[in-house]
Formats: sequence, C-alpha cells, structure tokens
Amino acid sequence: MADAMHDGKRQQDVRTAANRRLALKLAAVTLAMFGFGYALSPMYDAMCKALGINGKTGRTDAQTVAAQPVDVTRTVTVEFTGLAISGLPWEFKPLVKKLELHPGETREVKYLVRNLAKEEITGQAIPSVTPGETAPHFKKIECFCFTRQTLKPGETREMPVRFVVDAGLDKGVQTITLSYSFFNIDKLSAQKYGGTSLAQAGEHADHDHVHPAPGG
Amino acid sequence: MSADHHAEHPTGISRWLFTTNHKDIGTLYLVFSFIMAIVGGVMSLVIRSELWQPGLQLVEPNFFNQMTTVHALVMIFGFAMPAFVGLANWMIPMMIGAPDMALPRMNNWSFWILPFAATLLILSLFMPGGGPAGGWTIYPPLSVQGGIGVDFTLLAIHMLGISSILGSINIIATVLNMRAPGMTLMKMPMFAWTWLITAFLLIAAMPVLAGAVTMLITDRHFGTHFFDAAGGGDPVLFQHVFWFFGHPEVYILVLPAFGVFSQIIPTFSRKPLFGYASMVYATASIAFLSFIVWAHHMYTVGMPMAGELFFMYSTMLIAVPTGVKIFNWVSTMWRGSMTFETPMLWALGGVFTFAVGGFSGLMLAITPADFQYQDTYFVVAHFHYVIFGATIYGLFAAIYYWLPKWTGHLYNETLGKWHFWLTTIGFNLTFFPQHFLGLAGMPRRIPDYALQFTEFNRWSTIGAFFTIISQLIFFYIAIRAMKGGAKATDQVWEGADGLEWTLSSPPPYHSFAVAPKVK
Amino acid sequence: MFIKLIRRFPGIVSRLILGLGLWLSAPAVFADYALNFQKPVTPVAHRILELHNMILLICVIIFVLVFGVMFYSIFAHRKSRGYKPAKFHDNATLEVVWTVIPFLILVSMAIPSTATLLEMDDTSKSDLTIKITGYQWKWKYDYPDQDVSFFSTLATPRDQIENKAAKEQHYLLEVDNPIVIPVGKKVRFLVTANDVIHSWWVPQLGVKKDAIPGFINEFWTRADEAGTFRGQCAELCGKDHGFMPIVVNAVNPEDFTKWVAMQKDKAAAESASGAKTWSKDELLEKGKKAYAGTCAACHGVEGKGIPGVFPALDGSQIATGPVDEHIKTVLHGRATGKFGAQMPAFAAQLSDADAAAIITFERNALGNKTGDVVQPSQVKSLRK
Repeated sequence: MADAMHDGKRQQDVRTAANRRLALKLAAVTLAMFGFGYALSPMYDAMCKALGINGKTGRTDAQTVAAQPVDVTRTVTVEFTGLAISGLPWEFKPLVKKLELHPGETREVKYLVRNLAKEEITGQAIPSVTPGETAPHFKKIECFCFTRQTLKPGETREMPVRFVVDAGLDKGVQTITLSYSFFNIDKLSAQKYGGTSLAQAGEHADHDHVHPAPGG
Repeated sequence: MSADHHAEHPTGISRWLFTTNHKDIGTLYLVFSFIMAIVGGVMSLVIRSELWQPGLQLVEPNFFNQMTTVHALVMIFGFAMPAFVGLANWMIPMMIGAPDMALPRMNNWSFWILPFAATLLILSLFMPGGGPAGGWTIYPPLSVQGGIGVDFTLLAIHMLGISSILGSINIIATVLNMRAPGMTLMKMPMFAWTWLITAFLLIAAMPVLAGAVTMLITDRHFGTHFFDAAGGGDPVLFQHVFWFFGHPEVYILVLPAFGVFSQIIPTFSRKPLFGYASMVYATASIAFLSFIVWAHHMYTVGMPMAGELFFMYSTMLIAVPTGVKIFNWVSTMWRGSMTFETPMLWALGGVFTFAVGGFSGLMLAITPADFQYQDTYFVVAHFHYVIFGATIYGLFAAIYYWLPKWTGHLYNETLGKWHFWLTTIGFNLTFFPQHFLGLAGMPRRIPDYALQFTEFNRWSTIGAFFTIISQLIFFYIAIRAMKGGAKATDQVWEGADGLEWTLSSPPPYHSFAVAPKVK
Repeated sequence: MFIKLIRRFPGIVSRLILGLGLWLSAPAVFADYALNFQKPVTPVAHRILELHNMILLICVIIFVLVFGVMFYSIFAHRKSRGYKPAKFHDNATLEVVWTVIPFLILVSMAIPSTATLLEMDDTSKSDLTIKITGYQWKWKYDYPDQDVSFFSTLATPRDQIENKAAKEQHYLLEVDNPIVIPVGKKVRFLVTANDVIHSWWVPQLGVKKDAIPGFINEFWTRADEAGTFRGQCAELCGKDHGFMPIVVNAVNPEDFTKWVAMQKDKAAAESASGAKTWSKDELLEKGKKAYAGTCAACHGVEGKGIPGVFPALDGSQIATGPVDEHIKTVLHGRATGKFGAQMPAFAAQLSDADAAAIITFERNALGNKTGDVVQPSQVKSLRK
C-alpha cells in the first residue's frame, strides 16, 4: 500500500514535470502565432506587390524604362481620377481625364491641386490602380505621391505623374484606372476641416481644440 | 483517500476564488457563461424590439449598432466559448481517467480573467461616446472612429483571448499527458478528441486575433498605419488577419458540440459510434481546412480572380468532412434501439439545425451567389443556424446528459422535453424567416428597414421573445436538480458507456485518485 | 480551354431552374412575403439567380434524402417498438462512397459558379464609366466623361422615420438624386470611399462591391430593361448605415442623353444662383428642404439634436452667434470635443445657394430668431 502510494507520488511528479514542459512548448506556439499575426502584415504587402492584390502600384526609374521595348501593336486606355478626402480642404483633380498609350511608352499627365484653406497644409496622396492585376505593370517614374505635398494658403500647383505601363500587361486589359486619394497628414488639422475618420486616431473629449475656423 | 481530500478544500467564497479543482472550475465557467447568455440575450431582445416595425422607436441607430456589436462579442467570447471550456473542465478528466486537469493553478487563473474582461466589455457601453458600434468584426477604419469604449472592448478581447489560450494549453496537456493507462488516443471518447483539436485551433487562431487587435490599438493611439490607407496601410489587411482567426473561431465553437453529439447519439441508440476513426479524421480535416478558407467572408472587397476561385473551392471542400460526420451520426442511429430522452432530443435537434446552417453555408461559399447574400439577413440566419444549432443545442444536450452525473439527481424529464420543443419552435420562428429577408434584399446591421420586410421581421421578433422566455424553464430545471430529486444511478443512462459513468453520481471531489485501467 | 468549356456548361437545366426561380420570386416581388431574390434585370443577376436556385435545389434534395433516412430510422428503430440494436460500427466502403459522391456534387456546382464569376469579372468593352464614392452617409456619383457629378442622399422625411408621419411606399429606399444609366449599355463602375468602408449594392442589378477608402475597385452592369432599381449600403459604416439607399433609374439611351444635358443646365443654374440676391422667403423655403436632407439626420427635424452626441441648433451659440462663424462651421466643419461626433465639412457638397439657404433657415427657424439673411455671395467669400 505504502509502495503503491509512493509510486503514485513519483508518477505524479513525473507527470507534473511533463505537463510543465508541454505547457511551455504550447506557450511558445502561442507566441509564434502572435508573431505570425504580425508577420501577416509584411507578407500581405509582399504578396500585394507581387500580384497587385490591392492595386498598389509599382515604381521604377527612367533607365529601366528606356531599356524596354514599346509594343505599338496594342493600345491601352489609362483613366485618371482623384479624391481629396474630407479633412483636406483642397481642390484636387486630374487635368487630363484619360489618354491612350502603347505598353512600354513613357507618358506624363498632370493633376491640379489648390489649397482652399487660409493656412499651410500638408497632404499625402495614395495611389490605387484597377483592375488590381494590372498594378504590377503600372510603374511610376515620377509622382507627386512619392513625397508629401505642402501647399501655402490658396496656393495652386500642377503636379506631374510620369509613368509607363510595361509590355507584360495582360492582353485582355483595355482600360486601367489610376486613382489618388489625398489625405491630410496631420490628424488635428484633418479634424479641424471635418475629417471624420482616417486621420482621427487621438480623438478624445479631453483635448480641447476649438481652433479658429479657417479664415477666422 | 478521497475523504481526506474532501477535508482539505476550503468552503465558502474562498473555495471558489482559489479553487484548483476541475469540477469547481467547470461549474464556475458554466455559471459565468449563463450569466453572459442572459446579458447577450437581453441585448438580442433590444435588437429584435427595435426591428418589430419600420421606423425608429426604441433606440438610436448608434445604440442599436452597439447592441449588435456587444451582443455578438458577449455571446461568442462570454457565453459559447467559456461554456464549452466549462464542459471540458468537468468532463475531460473524468472521461480519460485523470484525477484533475494537468495544470490546476493555471486553470484557476484562466477562469478568473473572464469576469474582469466581461466587466470591461460591458462597461464600454457606459463610456462617453458609447461602446463599440462597428460590429463584432471591428473593421477599421470604422472601429478607429469610436471613443474610449472601443479601447475597453479591445482590451477585453485581449483578456478573453488570453483566458481561452490558457484554457486550451491546459486541455491539450490534460489530454496528452493524463490519460489512464491503456487509453490510447484512438480509444479516447470523441468529446476529448474534438476538444483536443479545438484547443489546437485556439492556440493557433487566438494569438492571430491578438495580433490584429494589437495593431488596431497602435493604429488608434500610437501613430502606426497598419490599416490606415493614409499612411500606406490597407484596411483590407485587417479583414484578412481577422478572418484568419475568425473562420477557425467558428469551428472552435462547433467542434466540441460535435463531440457531444458523438457521445450522446450512441448512448441513446444503444449502439457504438459508427466510423470512429473517420470521425477523428473528419474533425481534423475540418480544423485544417478552416485555416485556408478565411477570405470567403470578403468576396466583395475586390480580390483578384485567382483568390476568389481558391477560396470558393476550398470552402466548398469543407462540405465533405462535415457531410461525413452527419452520415456517421445517421448510421450510428440506423438499426439502433433508440429512445428519446431530453439529451437525445437536443443532439438530434442540433444535428438537424446545424445541417440547415451547413447547407446555407455551402450556398454562401459560391462566390457569385455570395455577392447577393453578403452582409444580408441570409448571413445572419446562416450563422445563427450554425452556432445556435451546434453550440447551443450541443451545450444543452451535454448539460442534460451529464447533469444527473454532476448533481446525483435526475432532472424533470417532462420539463426538459418542453424546454427542447419550445426552444426549437422559438428558434426556427426567429431565424428561418431571416433567410427570406436576406434573399429579398434586407441588409444586416440596420436599425430600420423598408416596408416590404415588415412581416417576416415581426415573426422573427415574436420568435426571439418566445425563445428567450423558454429558457426560464431550463434555469428552473437546473436549479431543481441541483437541490434534490430522484437519485441517479452511476450509469444514469441505460446505453451510456465510458469512464465517467463508472464514477459515483455525484462523482468524488477528485475524479480518479487511482487511475483506472482501460482495456 | 477549361474556361471556355465551363462557360458553356449551364445549358437547358439551368434554364429550367431559372424558370422555377422566377415563378417563385415573380409574384413575390410585390407581396410582403418575398421568398426569393428580387427580379433580376441584368445578365449577371439572371445567372446568379439560376445558380442560387440550382444550388438551393441540390441542397434541399440532399437534405431531404439524408434526414429522410434519419427520420425513418427514428420511426423504425426505436426501443419502444422492441427493436434490438445491431452491433456494426464501421464500413470502409460506405465511408469512401459518402466522401466521393459529395465531392462530385461539389464539382458540378463549382463549374457553373466559376463561369458566372468570370463573367462578372470582365469589365472590358464598357460604354460608360461612373465613379461611386461612399461617404458617411451618402453616395457621390461622378460621370467623368459627361462632366456630371452629384451627391445622392436619403429622401425619406425624418417625420416618417420617427413615426410622426405615415410611411410611404418606398420608405428608406428613395433618394433626392437617383443615378441614371442607359438601358442596354455596359456600364463600368469605379468605386472608392471617403471615410470608412461602404458597400454599393443593388440586388436587381446583381452587383455588390465594397467601397474602400484609399483604394479603387471596379465592377460592371448592364440593365436590359428600363425601370427604377433600389438598393442599400451593405457594409456597416456607422450610425446612419441603414439610411444611405441607392436608387438607379435605367432609361433608354435617348433619355439618358437628355438627362445628361439637363444635369449640365442644372449645374449652370446652380452656379448662377450663387451670383443672384435671394429674398428671405426664397432662402427659407429652399433652406427648409436642404436642411431636412443634409442636417436633420444629426441635428433633428426640430433642431433639438441628441444630448451628448449631436448638439441642438435651437439656441446654439453657432446658430445665434456671429454669422461668419456659422458659415465657416457649415463649410469647414468643427470639432469642439464636447460632443461624441464632430461636425463634418460640407464645402464640397453644398452649393453657395444651398449653404446660404440652410444657414438662413437655421438662424430664423428651429426656435432661433436672429433675423439674419445670408446671401450666397457671402458664403462664397468665406469658402477660401
């Protein structure tokens, strides 16, 4: 009887140790999966870049483009559109709504932007292309979206986009649309101009910002 | 020996606060989950009352959105998951011949996180700006718009997640390390199997949700741009990460219930489970597939064709192992010698109800058709059939099945059957018409609707009140059985088979002080 | 090759099923108990209905078979009838059969589904492009090639929503400016959003696509018959998610051309209206309408707001204080931190005349009696 109990006790200790080891291993798996959750973000970006999943466009330089052949047998229509997101009091539109080009050919268009506010404001344009599959083939050599744009009160600016649609574009594609969403990069400023969401993180009742209204 | 142990444990409040006993903790989980069920149920009645007729009558749209959001979070994280962790705590040691769970102290912690998390979640409703109103899926940028209530919710989700991960680690350790000699994995009861697989799903999926929630918090407060297009992020990324967790989550909710069905149907058919091995493989395949189908929740976000096709095919594939399970259950019944006590009614009702949800799930998998179903009441009907059908039917089946074992008393069989039939009528009255509402074009998550949707919404509202009021019977039955009643035998049910039925009813405080031998 | 093959698959069977579906849905369109999809009016919507009916039918048949067996067993194999249990618990052949057969059924469902999906995805060779932008809580439509652009908001009066007036036939499914498309033409839609994710859905056209801020999506439709088709935002987008309907008028191409011309005239008149001087009564009348459409959702029909969430205008500092501040608040928004929500900017959505009318209305109605009259020119001067 005593032996049996002793055995039982020893067996229990062995078990406890085994349980601890297993629990630690499982905790490690948990941590790894937490890391994996985070890793999904760069993985997704990499996949999007490769496959154009979310219409994020590529970037290239003039030399690479110059080395590419122009496919004169095909014509593709490229449309341009833009939206100044609420919170950025700017007028924003393409000066050319659409053009036709041959794949491989470098073209330039201009967007017009005007600051309607009475103070300096900085914005960031985010490009997106549809159909999404064309995004890897839509390459920008120069773009106002590469950097932030700061406009003085009332300033008007014509901003260029120089781009190429490479010849690897799927044969079925006839129309590509390039769209820009222009965001106010400063959250408080965006709030002041009625931006309701994207630039709104620190929104709390405590910081009182009854800013003078624009022009006030 | 068991009498000695009995003498050791404290009584009163400290018994429950510091308990490391699997049965006490199981009871705590179950009691907690039913409190949450009442909270979530009341919220559903607020929703259904507002939808009684077109127009805004009871609540403001923003509060309505908070109700739909918190109802879902409470029911999923506060009710369904803890209820099944409670069942696992109670039953797994008894079913595999172990004295207790593998990690008793951690068991205590994993439970006591829950009340704090739940309080935080409910408190969010009373914060300035209100609770979370962006749906339980907390999609940004909408979820970035909310006030401090959203932060409370995100923190609560973190805590609920940690609790269930700790619970899962414990269950895995118990099942893998604590089985009685001779009980090989392929001799384990199905409930232990489905929970083992569920626990692995949990530790793979919950941390991913934790990652998504953390990114959301840093986006809200620390200037990161994971999901913010303005900073080069992508709101759709959140949906991918969320559903990478969210789809396995569905199986986390239903697989343990499948285990319950697989215990109960053989008992009342007086015949062994048909195709035990294929049941195990089917469960494992469902678990595996659940990780590669997530984007079927997002067909309308504008995915490339290859993605839409892949997720359509992989989702359709889930029908195969799910079908195998249903066929096996039916074959178990075939040429059995069946009786229909309350647990059997709940199990059969569960299989039937779940199958309705399974078929509508197959319809939802079809991408082109989903463009019409997405975000309509058809989806609402579908997931209530799945989750109510499997999880809640499974839970009631389990409770009626094991209640005599837990309490040592038989419950009132007639009332149990009334509970089953009234719930079944009420549930179907609530949710079946919602299929039609969805097909006819009613979007989900709206506080007010066009006139042509009035009639079916009325049915649905009546059904919801009917269902919830019917649950009073259950509380009456359960409390009566806890207090007394006819003595239950050790085996309780004529056809019951398994180690838990070799213990006395009620079982000793420590289940198997000496491990039983399994042939 | 594969794709071509499956494109042809549907054939006669699905025609029959479509017939069944139309029979189910057609009489139901006007009844309160609609059981199936609304009547499809585009090729894709037809195909989706066919698919839906086919898959529903297959599901129902399998369901009846499987549960037929189960209920037979429940009836026949019960202890109360003295049935003695068999002992079998395994059968490898059966397991293989019921794995393979469902798989084959699934393949037969996947083929027409794939074909339909490919058809939906093909936005090429379109005749017209319309850009949709989702806002909290309205839609903006741009016809870039026609130079037409307008906002479309809920037209149902607040009185009906608040149960103070009888609800009319198209309650919640009516807008001030419906979108107009030509019948028989392939229309390509571009869709994006200004703030949060929305989803543009018109059931009868068989289209639903998410509008995602910062990203652009596209889809197409072709209405084969004239009519008015109604839909709603399908993705939860905040407080008034349930109150941003979509109305599409499909008209014949000549009427479409006329409509475009009319829109241009209207835009010209609108910009001219900014130059003229309005009488107070004119402004009040115009303002009452514009207020109901633009402001009442938050500030209330009577200007009482919602305590703690949306400020009352009745007696508010803005609506009774300096006129310029009031104009600037309407144009550029305001965040005071005192309320749960903040005032969005309306500069992009309101013409000078509309803004002047609304402000005049707010200052002379809703319990306010400042007597101020605001002219469009004054609004114009404060725009920049």
